[in-house]
Amino acid sequence: MSNTKYILGSFADPDEMMHGIDKLQANNIGIYDCFTPMPIHGIEDKLGVKPSRLPIAAFCFGALGTCLGFSLLYYTMAYDWPMNIGGKPSLPLPNFVPVTFEVTILLCALGMVATFFFRNHLFPGRAPRVMDLRASDDRFVIAIDARENTDHTLIESLLKDAGAVEVKYNERKYVSYE
Amino acid sequence: MSSHNESILREPLVTGKDITYAKVTDDILLPVENKPNKAWWIGFIIAALGAMLWVVSVGYTFWTGIGAWGLNKTVGWAWDITDFVWWVGIGHAGTLISAVLLLFRQNWRNSINRSAEAMTIFAVICAATYVVAHMGRPWLAYWIFPLPNQFGSLWVNFNSPLVWDAFAISTYFTVSLVFWYCGLLPDIATVRDRATGLKRKIYKVLSFGWNGSVKTWQRFEIVSLILAGISTPLVLSVHTIVSMDFATSVIPGWHTTIFPPYFVAGAIFSGFAMVQTLLLILRKVMNFENYITMFHIESMNKIIMVTGSIVGIAYLTELFIAWYSGSEYEMYAFANRIAGPYAWAYWAMMTCNVISPQLFWFKKIRTSIPISWVLSIVVNIGMWFERFVIIVTSLHRDYLPSSWAMFYPTWVDVGIFIGSIGLFFTLFLLFLRFLPSIAIAEVKLLLKSASLQQKTKLAQEGVFPDEQVKYFQNSLEKYDSVSEEDIKALDVRK
Repeated sequence: MSNTKYILGSFADPDEMMHGIDKLQANNIGIYDCFTPMPIHGIEDKLGVKPSRLPIAAFCFGALGTCLGFSLLYYTMAYDWPMNIGGKPSLPLPNFVPVTFEVTILLCALGMVATFFFRNHLFPGRAPRVMDLRASDDRFVIAIDARENTDHTLIESLLKDAGAVEVKYNERKYVSYE
Repeated sequence: MSSHNESILREPLVTGKDITYAKVTDDILLPVENKPNKAWWIGFIIAALGAMLWVVSVGYTFWTGIGAWGLNKTVGWAWDITDFVWWVGIGHAGTLISAVLLLFRQNWRNSINRSAEAMTIFAVICAATYVVAHMGRPWLAYWIFPLPNQFGSLWVNFNSPLVWDAFAISTYFTVSLVFWYCGLLPDIATVRDRATGLKRKIYKVLSFGWNGSVKTWQRFEIVSLILAGISTPLVLSVHTIVSMDFATSVIPGWHTTIFPPYFVAGAIFSGFAMVQTLLLILRKVMNFENYITMFHIESMNKIIMVTGSIVGIAYLTELFIAWYSGSEYEMYAFANRIAGPYAWAYWAMMTCNVISPQLFWFKKIRTSIPISWVLSIVVNIGMWFERFVIIVTSLHRDYLPSSWAMFYPTWVDVGIFIGSIGLFFTLFLLFLRFLPSIAIAEVKLLLKSASLQQKTKLAQEGVFPDEQVKYFQNSLEKYDSVSEEDIKALDVRK
């Protein structure tokens, strides 16, 4: 019984990696995740990753910003202390457009990015969940859970056939940064 | 798919032989992973001296008050607001490159967006310091924001464009910073995974634990796209609001409805000129000729030419409307600009902004690096004069001839301006030293579609018709990073 936790197929070319995914899937081998130095378009469909719902979050935060921005203006200018500024109305809607707009954009941007960081567990000092150090440089890595997929020789031959330059058997899930 | 066969009619965005993913990383991280060279140190020392001048001049202003400047009771705004608008305008090109060009899927932005966005952030920092400094009592700068206070909770006047400006500039700075830093995360992770010791620890903290998994990249791309989508109206709103600082007043020469589009075009114009000034040096000193190619330089020159023409039309429209308005004060304000005591500034502006960018109609000129660089500086000077002309000439001869005056800057005015350029370059040089100045991940995306190497390979395999290859070879002649052999290699068939 080996102690291998994850098998990593390391490719030098993104198209070969995509080919590797096809081959593994044709043999009913589940893929844990892929780690790449750049976004690979079309990989989500292959791996069955659902479309991101971040646009919905962005819209909600933007709408919240519009409400908060307008409320601030209404409260300060028309409700709390209405001032007579040259006899002009205390609720001048056209004059409220710029600040409401800026607050909308600000909340939309900050809220969406905060959601992105929260969902992906990104924050300063977070220990990186990295399986292969070269996956941020020049390698396109397919990670396969070695406990769930037991035929390791088949996996290795499939990866090698697809063009993997290296197949690693990792006993630790993540690289240690200590 | 990561690769598709891009038409050979499109010029390559990455040149050079034996370009691999590893080579892209090595090339771009060279200045980050090695000790800086002499050129960097010389630049940094000069810039840091400038930044020290800035500290002294701003410190002196804070200590003595804005009486240290050359302002008088007629000219109450001069170099401070001129420099503020100049810097904000320069900042706009970064957002334009990173946001608008992303929405239009202009892939040539991939290798220049990082440094242009950094430029935006540093330019806005410089601009913000003028806002604080010109308030006179900078320790009360927070009064511009609607905070509950001790005065019976008297709120700020939201009818005032100056308050809009505070919201616009702070939102713009925050969103640009967030956009820039999100884009940096994958590249910081690259530095982290190649570093050792203390350096790895620092970049580990900065990388936020980025790992490049499928879901991370998917969300990253969505975040970039939406940030681009909201930054585009944001950047237009910022300079619109800056122009409203003037346009909503009743000063002749300021009270015009053309100001918002005219200011936005001017901002893009000056911003691209500054990007050109920086990138032409950057590509030479950092050996980035293969990533920032002649195509990038020519494209930016074309944008400078278009926006310069828009600015030129705006100047003429302003003159026409001043005459057509029939308003005596309006007509005088413009006659005074053209032939008054500040005529030299007006004609310097006209020459630098309207005539000089028209030289870019000539292909020889817009593909010449030294001329492009000189013209980019000329445009920057011209755009500074534009703001000076708008601000000072409108103010110095007001409604009451007995209070007409001239503006003479003091050493503090000059010190703050030159110092802010020093501050800008100090920040920019530190950025070049510690962070990847080209977006590594985004350039890697181009390797299998838009690189010369890929196109040569496909041409040699006979994928493209011969006349298209011929056209491509002709378009390569302007590239300084492509040799004769590289062009001849396209004729080989395998």
